Amino acid sequence: MSAQKTSSPKVVLVGNPNVGKSVVFNALTGAYTTVSNYPGTSVEVSRGHCRIAGRSYEILDTPGMYSMMPITEEERVARKILLTEDPHAVVHVIDARNLERMLPMTLQLIEAGLPVILVVNIIDEAERLGIQLDLNLLQENLGIPVIGAVMKRKVGLDELRQAIADYAMVPYKPFVYAPDLEQDIDQLIKLIHGDYRLSRRATSILLLQKDDDIVQLVAEKEAGNGYEQLTETIREITFKRRADLHLQISLERRKVCKQMLKQVVTQSVKEGEPFGEKLSRWMMNPLTGTPILLLVVYFGLYKFVGGFGAGTMVDFFEGNLFENYINPPVVNFSEKYLTANWLFELVAGEYGLWTLGIRYAVALVLPIVGTFFLIFSLLEDTGYFPRLALLVDLLFKKIGLSGRAVIPIVLGFGCDTMATLVTRTLETKRERIIATMLLALAIPCSAQLGVILGLLSAEPNALAVWTVFLLLVFLFIGFLASKVLPGESPVFYMEIPPLRLPQLRNVAVKTLTRMQSYFVEILPLFLFASVVLWAGKMTGTLGSVINVFAPVVKAIGLPVEVTTAFVFGFFRRDFGAAGLYDLQSSGLLNATQLTVAAVTLTLFVPCVAQFLVMIKERGIKVAVIIFIFVTAMAFSSGWFLNKVLLTTGLLA
Amino acid sequence: MERLSENAEEILESLWVMTVEGDNVGCLLTSLKVNSDSEELLELVQRAYVEVRDDRVYLRKEGRPEAQMTVRRHRLAERLTMDILGIAGDEGNDQACEFEHLLRQGVDTKLCTLLNHPTTCPHGNPIPPGDCCVTARQKGEPGIVALTELRSGEAGEIAYLAASDDKKMQKLMSMGVLPGSHVTLTQKFPSYIFKVGNSQFAVDDTLAREIHIRRPVQKN
Repeated sequence: MSAQKTSSPKVVLVGNPNVGKSVVFNALTGAYTTVSNYPGTSVEVSRGHCRIAGRSYEILDTPGMYSMMPITEEERVARKILLTEDPHAVVHVIDARNLERMLPMTLQLIEAGLPVILVVNIIDEAERLGIQLDLNLLQENLGIPVIGAVMKRKVGLDELRQAIADYAMVPYKPFVYAPDLEQDIDQLIKLIHGDYRLSRRATSILLLQKDDDIVQLVAEKEAGNGYEQLTETIREITFKRRADLHLQISLERRKVCKQMLKQVVTQSVKEGEPFGEKLSRWMMNPLTGTPILLLVVYFGLYKFVGGFGAGTMVDFFEGNLFENYINPPVVNFSEKYLTANWLFELVAGEYGLWTLGIRYAVALVLPIVGTFFLIFSLLEDTGYFPRLALLVDLLFKKIGLSGRAVIPIVLGFGCDTMATLVTRTLETKRERIIATMLLALAIPCSAQLGVILGLLSAEPNALAVWTVFLLLVFLFIGFLASKVLPGESPVFYMEIPPLRLPQLRNVAVKTLTRMQSYFVEILPLFLFASVVLWAGKMTGTLGSVINVFAPVVKAIGLPVEVTTAFVFGFFRRDFGAAGLYDLQSSGLLNATQLTVAAVTLTLFVPCVAQFLVMIKERGIKVAVIIFIFVTAMAFSSGWFLNKVLLTTGLLA
Repeated sequence: MERLSENAEEILESLWVMTVEGDNVGCLLTSLKVNSDSEELLELVQRAYVEVRDDRVYLRKEGRPEAQMTVRRHRLAERLTMDILGIAGDEGNDQACEFEHLLRQGVDTKLCTLLNHPTTCPHGNPIPPGDCCVTARQKGEPGIVALTELRSGEAGEIAYLAASDDKKMQKLMSMGVLPGSHVTLTQKFPSYIFKVGNSQFAVDDTLAREIHIRRPVQKN
C-alpha cells in the first residue's frame, strides 16, 4: 500500500475527548490551532507539522472517539482519517486515571493492524488520586511503545518524539477472544479477499457489528468475488448472536484489558473530597446549579460581554480609535481622491465598504464577539458545559432537544452561524432541525445582543419585557416543534469530565482561533453586504424594498424609518440593531416601540451568513421553510406584543 | 379442589384492592357488578372465601390467601406485559387481565423469579410476596434493579444493559459502562449521574431504566 508520495509521513492523534489530545498536538507542532476538548464544537481535523531528527512529519489531530465503531458525526470524521490516510504512526492518547476504560480502544487499534503508540497522559493527576502505574509492564504486555506523560507540562514529549522517529512496525501480538467468537471471526476472515487499510480481523468484527461505512466499503471491494457468501455468513452469525453480539465483543475486550493491566495498576486509598468535586456537585444540583448559572450569565454575559465588550471596548475602538485617529484620514483621502460620487459612496458613504464594512466589523463587532468567545472558551476549558447540559436536559426535552444541545444553543449567543454548523453534532435529524430553527428565531448573536443590551439598558422594564418575551417564544416554539415534527425524542447521555482550572494559554488559543475563523468568514460578508446596500441605494432598489416592508412595520406600531433597520438586519443581525440605535438617539421611538422593534428584530430572519450555512447543513427546502416561518413569526410576535403593551400600558 | 373461575378471581381481586388495600368495609354488590345469585359469587360463598350480608360482600379470613395470590398474579402479569413485552396503556391492562389467569401451578413463581421478585406493579401498587420472594430474601440473593431504583449514594454492579436502542447501548459500552463494572449513583435529578471507576456520566431516565444494577448482598 506504499503509495509513491512525496509528502511527509503522517502521524494521527486519536483518543477519547478530554484526554489532552490537542495538548499533545500543540506540544508536537508548536502550532496555534483549535483546541477543543468538549464534545461538540469541533468536527474538523487539525493539521500541523513537526520536525524530528531532521525529518518532517505531518500531525493530524482528530475529533474525540470512543471506539473504532463510530456512533456520532465526530467519531465518523475521526475514523475516516484512519480509513483513508496511510499513517506512519497512530498516537493513541489516553487518560491515566481511566486506563481500564480507555484501553479497549487501544486494543482495537492494534487489532486493526495500525502502527500504534500509546501515550498515557495526565499521570500527575492519577498519582494524586493514588494510582500507581507500571508502564514498562504495560508496554511489554501490549507489544507497542507506551509513554507516560503530562503533556501540558511537556513531560514525555521527548520520549514521544523519539518513539515517532524510531517507529518500526512489528507484527503485533494477537489478542485472543473466546473460542466461539474466534471461530466466527475466522470464518469471515477467510471470506474476505480484498485489501483494506484495517486488518481483516478488525474488518470482520466491524462487519459483524454492522458498521455502515465498513459494510459499504466491503460491498464495493468484494463485489463479484463471493460477496453473496460473505453477506450470507454475516447474516447467519449475527442472527445466531442476535442477543448479545456487541456486549460479548465489549466484554471480551475488557477481559483482555484486565489481563494486560494485571499488576500494572495499583490503587491506594485516597483521602477526602477535593474542592473541585464539591464545586462540581454544586454545579450539577439544580438548587445550587441554577444560582451558579445565573451568576455566570450575569457576570459573564451581561457584565463582561455586554458591559465591558459592548460598552468599554466598543467605546474605545469606535468612539476613540476610529473616530479620532483612523476615520479622519480615510475620509480625507476619499474626499480628495474619490471624486466620483458613486465611488465615494462605495468607499466612505453611508453604506460604504469602509463605513459599513470594515469599521463595523473591527470596531463594533469584533470586541463583542471577542469577549464572548473568551468567556465561552474559559467556561469550556473548566468543563462547565457538560454540567449545564445535564442540568437543562429535562427542560430541553420539552422542546424536543436533549441536554447535549446546550452547546450549540449557548454558542449561538456568540455567533448563530457557527452554532448552526455545530448542530451537526446532535444525534437525530429532528434535533438538528429544531436547534437550527431556534437558533434562527430566538437566539440573538453576541453582536446583536451587545447592541440591544446597550439600546435597552436605559429602560430596565423594556429589557425585562424583551428577555421574558424571547424566552417565552423560545420555549413555546420549541414545544410546538417537538409536538409537530415526527421522530423519536432524543436520549441524553454524556461523560462528565472532571472540573479543572482553565489553562490560560489554552483559553487564549481557543479564543483567538474562534475570533480568527469568525473574522475570516464574516469580513467578506460584511463587505459583500455593504456593496449590496450601496448598489441598492444607488439604484433606488433599497427604497423599493423598504416600501414593500413599510406597511408591515407600520402594522406593528413602528415608525416607517425602522424598516431600514429590518432590511439591514438580514445582512448582519447587528446592523439592524445598530440602525435602531440611531433612531432611538434621534428620539423617534418611545419605550413601547423600542421594545417591539427590538423583539421583532431579534426574532427576524437570520443574517445572510447563517442562512447560507442553514442551506448547507439542512438543505435548501428546510432552510427556506425555516426562513419563511421565522419572518412570519417575527412580525406576528411583534404585532402581538405591541397590542399587549398598548392594552396593558406596561411601558407607557 | 377445582380451580376458581376467572370471574370469581376477578371478584376476589376487587375485594382485595377495595377492602384490604383500600379502606372499604365490604363491597357493594353493585360496585362488583354481580347479583347475589351470580354463579361466580356462589362459587366463592361455597368455599367460604366470602360472605354476603344484605347488599355487601365481605372477604373472609379463609379467602384472604387466595385473594392475595390473585392480586399477585395480576400485578406480575402487568409487569410481564408492560415491562417485558412492552405493551403500554389500556392494551397492556387488557393483556395482563388475560395473562393472569394462566399464571397458575407454579408459573407465577417462575415468572416472579424471571422478573427478579418485583415488589411493585408498573402502577406502583405493591405485589404481595410469594413463597419464592421470601426464600430469595432469606438466601440474601442480591436484587437486580434498574439504575432509577437506586438511592443516590447507593452503589452496585452493572448486571446487564437492556438493549432497546442498539446504538445507545454501544455508546455506553464503548465509554466503559459495561456489565460487571462497579457503579455509584451520585444524583437522581434532573439527570442520573453515576460514577464508573474514575469517570462520571450523566444519563436521562430513559437510558437509566435500561441499565440494570445488582445490589450488593445485604449483610444483617
